[in-house]
Amino acid sequence: MKPAEYDMRDRGLHPPALHPGYKTAVPRSPRLALLTLQQSLSEITGPTFGQGDLGPLDHDLVKNFAHGGDPVGRRIIRHGRVLDENNRPVPETLVEIWQANASGRSRHQKDSYLGALDPNFGGCGRTLTGADRYYFFRTIKPGPYPWLNHVNSWRPAHIHVSVFGTSFRQRLITQLYFQGDPLIAKCPIVQTISDAAAVDRLIAALDMNSAVPMDCLAYRFDIVLRGRGSTLFENRPEGN
Amino acid sequence: MVQALAYLKETTSQTAGPYVHIGLAPGAAGIQIYATELGTDIAGPDARAEPVRITAVVYDGLGAPVKDALIEVWQADASGICPHPEDPRVGQVAQGFRGSGRLISDFDSGEFAIDTIKPGAVPGRMGSVPTPQPNPWIVSRGSNIGLSTRIYFPKDATLQATDPALSSIEQRVRTATLIARKTAPGQYRFDIGLQGDRETVFRDI
Repeated sequence: MKPAEYDMRDRGLHPPALHPGYKTAVPRSPRLALLTLQQSLSEITGPTFGQGDLGPLDHDLVKNFAHGGDPVGRRIIRHGRVLDENNRPVPETLVEIWQANASGRSRHQKDSYLGALDPNFGGCGRTLTGADRYYFFRTIKPGPYPWLNHVNSWRPAHIHVSVFGTSFRQRLITQLYFQGDPLIAKCPIVQTISDAAAVDRLIAALDMNSAVPMDCLAYRFDIVLRGRGSTLFENRPEGN
Repeated sequence: MVQALAYLKETTSQTAGPYVHIGLAPGAAGIQIYATELGTDIAGPDARAEPVRITAVVYDGLGAPVKDALIEVWQADASGICPHPEDPRVGQVAQGFRGSGRLISDFDSGEFAIDTIKPGAVPGRMGSVPTPQPNPWIVSRGSNIGLSTRIYFPKDATLQATDPALSSIEQRVRTATLIARKTAPGQYRFDIGLQGDRETVFRDI
C-alpha cells in the first residue's frame, strides 16, 4: 500500500478522558486540549510482529496455562475480523486478549476477589490476523466481578482486547462484552461511552454457525480500526 | 437525501484496566506463559548507536505516581529509519532493530525505564526539518483512551526551535513537558503529567 495519512479519529465515538461516573478517571484525565498534528512517517508507521514472535498455543486459553487439566467454565470460541473504516482487511496484525476466569477472578496480585483462581487458566492469549483478516481464540467465558467504583458495582463479563493495526495511529485497546448480559447497561465504564450504537458494537454476538457441537459455543467480534485516505502521502498539500 | 457514506465506525476504546499486565506483560503479573514477551528489546543487539536510558514516572493530577500504567514506545533507528514496510528506506534499517518497546510502571514506585538508542530524525512532511524523538503511548486504569506524546532530547534544541510539533504549541511553557532532562551521560528523565500544572502535551493524530 502506498503511504497515505490516516483519517482523523472521530472522538465522539470514544469516551471523553473525564467521565465523572468512572471515578478513577477523575484524577487521571487530561484537561487540556490535545495538540492536533499532521502525520509524518513516524505516525503512519508502527510496530510489526510475525509468527516468530508467537508460540503454538498462544491463541488457546483453554490449553496455554493447563497444568494437568482443563480450566473450569464454559468453553467458547471468540473470533472475528480486523477491518479498517474503509472495510479494508488488516492482515497480520497482533491481537492480544486478557480476562478473568469463569468465577470472575483475575490471575493478578492486585486482585483480591473471593472468586477462586483456576490452576489451569492463565487468562491471556495472542494471535495474528491471517492474510484474510480473520482471527480466533479459544477460551473460557469469563465471569462478572465486583469492583469498588460505587458500592455494589459489578463489571459485566468482558474480555480485554488490544490491537496494533498497520500503524501506531490505529493502536486500540477496548473490551468485548457478551450478548444478553444485563450488567452491561449498569457498568460505569461502559457508561463513559455516550453513543449507544458504539456500545452495541462492543457486544459480541452469539454465533451458532461457528459453535462446535458437543464442545463449545462461539461469539463473533469484529474490530474496526481507523481508516486511511486514498490520497498519496507525499502529494498531499500542507493544510489539506 | 444524499448518498450514504458507507464507512464503518472505529471500534470504541475502553480502559485497559488494572490487570493490563495479564495480557500485555504477563511475566510482571507472575504468569509464566509466553516463550517471549514483546517489546522487551527496542534496539536489538546490533544497533551501533548511542544507548540511552529514559527513566520516567506517570503522575496523576494530584502528583501521585500512577503505579499501574503500561507504556509503549515507537521510534526510528539511529539513521531515522522506521522498521516498517512503508518506510522507503526500510531495507537499510539496522539489523534486529524492532523500534517498539513495552514497559510497565513499577508496582511500588511507579517508575519505568526505557532502554533504547537515540533515534535519528525521521523525514518530516513536505521537507520540514525533523527532530529525533521516540513516541510513547500510555494506557492505565482510569484512562479511557490511550494517550500519545513525544520525547525530545535536550541536545537537539536548535532543531526543536523549528520543529512543527513544538512550534505549534501556543502556550510556550508547555513545550518543556516534551523535552527530557539529562541527568548523566546517556541518562534522561522524562516525567509524564496526566493533569494539572504539569500536564504533558498529548497529541491528537
